[in-house]
Amino acid sequence: MMSTWEIIILASIICVALKVAGYLVPPRALQHPTVARISNLLTVALLAALIAVQTLGAGETVQIDARLPAVLVAAVLYALRVPFAVVVIAAAVVAAAIRAFT
Amino acid sequence: MNDSTIAPERTAWRAGLAVGLATMIYGVSFGALATLSGLDVWQTCFLSLVMFTAGSQFALIGVLASGGLAAGGSAVTSAALLGTRNVFYSIRMAPVIGHGFFRRAAAAQLTIDESVAVSMAQPTRRAQRVGFWVTGIVIYAGFNLTTLIGALIGDLLGDVSAYGLDAAAAAAFLGLLWPRLKERQTQAVAVGAAVVATCLTPVLLPGLPVIAAALVAIVVGSMNLFARRTSK
Repeated sequence: MMSTWEIIILASIICVALKVAGYLVPPRALQHPTVARISNLLTVALLAALIAVQTLGAGETVQIDARLPAVLVAAVLYALRVPFAVVVIAAAVVAAAIRAFT
Repeated sequence: MNDSTIAPERTAWRAGLAVGLATMIYGVSFGALATLSGLDVWQTCFLSLVMFTAGSQFALIGVLASGGLAAGGSAVTSAALLGTRNVFYSIRMAPVIGHGFFRRAAAAQLTIDESVAVSMAQPTRRAQRVGFWVTGIVIYAGFNLTTLIGALIGDLLGDVSAYGLDAAAAAAFLGLLWPRLKERQTQAVAVGAAVVATCLTPVLLPGLPVIAAALVAIVVGSMNLFARRTSK
């Protein structure tokens, strides 16, 4: 099992290497449309999965609590084009308020 | 704003500053959440200083928070997979940045969603360069400062979930995802990945459901499913 520092350093090295890689490879190498499409969709899939797990997951169980209404409020606010910072704070306030009154 | 009287470089400066300041709140919530997930203040700041790509950082601490050190492999994999988009950003930025080892090394570290987005929105090559550097440097400074503040607050507060910061993290991810949902294909992948990750949560070890959800992107992307028309 890796220690916290090992996890952090390994992940950091990989992420920095990925950024550097784009400046080193010949531009043509990754321009295949399927590769570019999968890369774009990979970001979408991971973000969506993280939202789901962050909103509904509790260890190895699924749990509906104050996080769900908070994220739904955030979705409505993004749809109304409310700025990012305001939405993030609003979501925290909604979750905190529900926890305070229940 | 009258574009004919304002040089494109000045517009790029403003866009960079605006985006940079707006993303600072991110740092506070990342710092606080990272300490909640078991990292100390040094480890939290290390991530923002070195890794410096918010999506991967949130993914790493998110997986560690739910799975602990046993989920270390999944945490690293999630962060790496989310970081792959930066390869494509770098490729796009390489001609904008130009040559020179130190310039490219610095640019590589600052190659993130926001700096690339601001840069690509500018009309001239010069303005693209200004947009990239201003956005990247403002965010690097601001994000690291607010990460430290958030980490210290998190350390002080103890259980951050009482303050709703766990919901704030989900809302932050949603903010990253939102601009990518304009096409039918990305919408389908987002819904599919969320369902897969949720359904697998009770079955797999923490961290693995997120990685499994990446398969949705690979299947849909390689077969180009749901690509009929953009609903923009």
